[in-house]
Amino acid sequence: MAEKSLAVVTRTPGVVAGRIFIYTLLGIAAVYFLLPFLVMVMTSVKTMEDIRMGTLISLPREINFDAWGEAWSSACIGVNCQGIRGYFFNSVKMVIPAVLISTAFGAINGYVFSKWRFKGSELIFSLLLIGCFIPFQVILLPMALTLGALGIAQSINGLILVHVVYGLAFTTLFFRNFYVSIPDDLVRAARIDGAGFFRIFWRIILPVSAPIIVVTVIWQTTQIWNDFLFGVVFSGGDSQPVTVALNNLVNTSTGVKKYNVDMAAAIIAASPTLLVYILAGKYFLRGLTAGSIKG
Amino acid sequence: MSNEGRQTGRGFAGSLQRYLPGIVLSPTILAAVVFIYGFIMWTAWISLTESGLLPRYKLAGFLQYVKLFQNDRWWVASRNLAIFGTLFIFFCVVFGLILAILLDQRIRVEGALRTIYLYPMALSFIVTGTAWRWMLNPGLGLERLVREMGFTSFTFDWLVNSKMSIYTIVIAGVWQSTGFVMALFLAGLRGIDDSIIKAAQVDGASLPKVYWRIIIPSMRPVFFSAVIIMSHIAIKSFDLVMVLTRGGPGYSSDLPATFMYTFAFTRNRLAFGAASAIIMFMAVMSIIVPYLYSELRMKRNG
Repeated sequence: MAEKSLAVVTRTPGVVAGRIFIYTLLGIAAVYFLLPFLVMVMTSVKTMEDIRMGTLISLPREINFDAWGEAWSSACIGVNCQGIRGYFFNSVKMVIPAVLISTAFGAINGYVFSKWRFKGSELIFSLLLIGCFIPFQVILLPMALTLGALGIAQSINGLILVHVVYGLAFTTLFFRNFYVSIPDDLVRAARIDGAGFFRIFWRIILPVSAPIIVVTVIWQTTQIWNDFLFGVVFSGGDSQPVTVALNNLVNTSTGVKKYNVDMAAAIIAASPTLLVYILAGKYFLRGLTAGSIKG
Repeated sequence: MSNEGRQTGRGFAGSLQRYLPGIVLSPTILAAVVFIYGFIMWTAWISLTESGLLPRYKLAGFLQYVKLFQNDRWWVASRNLAIFGTLFIFFCVVFGLILAILLDQRIRVEGALRTIYLYPMALSFIVTGTAWRWMLNPGLGLERLVREMGFTSFTFDWLVNSKMSIYTIVIAGVWQSTGFVMALFLAGLRGIDDSIIKAAQVDGASLPKVYWRIIIPSMRPVFFSAVIIMSHIAIKSFDLVMVLTRGGPGYSSDLPATFMYTFAFTRNRLAFGAASAIIMFMAVMSIIVPYLYSELRMKRNG
């Protein structure tokens, strides 16, 4: 079989050695990236006794899922000893509406910014884009005061509002960049035929939007699920998302430190985004690179 | 003429159609004006007062900024950001580039490897921080592992050593973000015209030379984007520090982001926290605004 690679024209010993070198380096890198997660999984199925006896990478003597059960439903986070279960569902309740609302607004905004430009719309778009880059510390205090005034401080609804508002810049950017590539003539022809603003959106734009909807939903889901800053500042007690609960669990200094429970809780907290990544990795990559304004 | 009429419509329905795009955008514009620009100004205002636990809107000039720049902890946080930012960006870019170049050599299992390199990016910093905290724990993690391998005097206590704690943040941060930089570079490499490379090879240039002399220099825009995005991530880094070291021991691994949080929300010095937030904001803007400007101008010209 003829190799088509740039490098490999013939299979001289030098070339073979080069290939071995490349694969070795790539293999080492793979181990480096996988190791922390493997350590987490192995630690989570060890007993505390086993953890004290063995080392980081020693295999568990027997596989024991007690730590998983404890992390899910009985570990103490602050004074609440019901595991991270409740916080996990807080995150679910927060992520679903926040993703749907911010994606819907992003789609319609992107449609306007790409197909219904008006005087000043480019400027408005640029000013909105800044919202992707502000360090959120600069809006934390007014947001806390505003949520308090609105009566939704320390609530999941408050978090949904925050995530929708600060997700809009990203979702709008994604949809706008995608819609720019749809030929304007299509829209122009529809307008001449008498189709209005919404009709064109529903009939022409939305049906071809599936790829960018997937990218946006993945991006927003991972961003909002993984958020910690907004969670720790704007939620309290019963409304905390899972990342905040995990941090509290890991950073508790009272009692014996149960590393296996910590690791199990961390894997549970990671599972939704990890699942999204495994199922839709290709789109995840596209979403990540889209986040760098490379379209 | 009739086309024109149909396009814009007449009467109420017509003007509604004309203003519809603006109406549709208005919630977002309103949100941006209030929640981005309004809030930034609000924070700036708080930073010019003496607000403590509660905001008091009596101006006190630049008092908080003066205090901030006299505060030792702020300088530790800023210096940490410089150390963390430089090392984090450097290692992410170097490792990311190397991995991208290696993956670009028609590797059989490229898809699987890419997946492995990139998955940390899907995880929350809180999750990866938990894992790294466990591995870097001197009594249980790497230190013990190496000691049990026979090197009994091996010490690796960076996590609890105030001189080294900031470097543990770098380790975990690089692990998390290298895959992303690799993805950027890989996309860049795939965009390069093969014929240029072939021509160079016909001229007798070796593969490393082709990369060093032709390919890497032609990816300057990717380097630029990667560095900008990484510096933005570095300045925002908050989660990783909070879970890994909580800024400690003492405040040795504080970053401006954790500094602001501590003063504004746990020490109830609103105005002081606001001042540090404004400085952070100005730092990010001084990087991002020229970048956005050049990106947008490039798109217009291209």
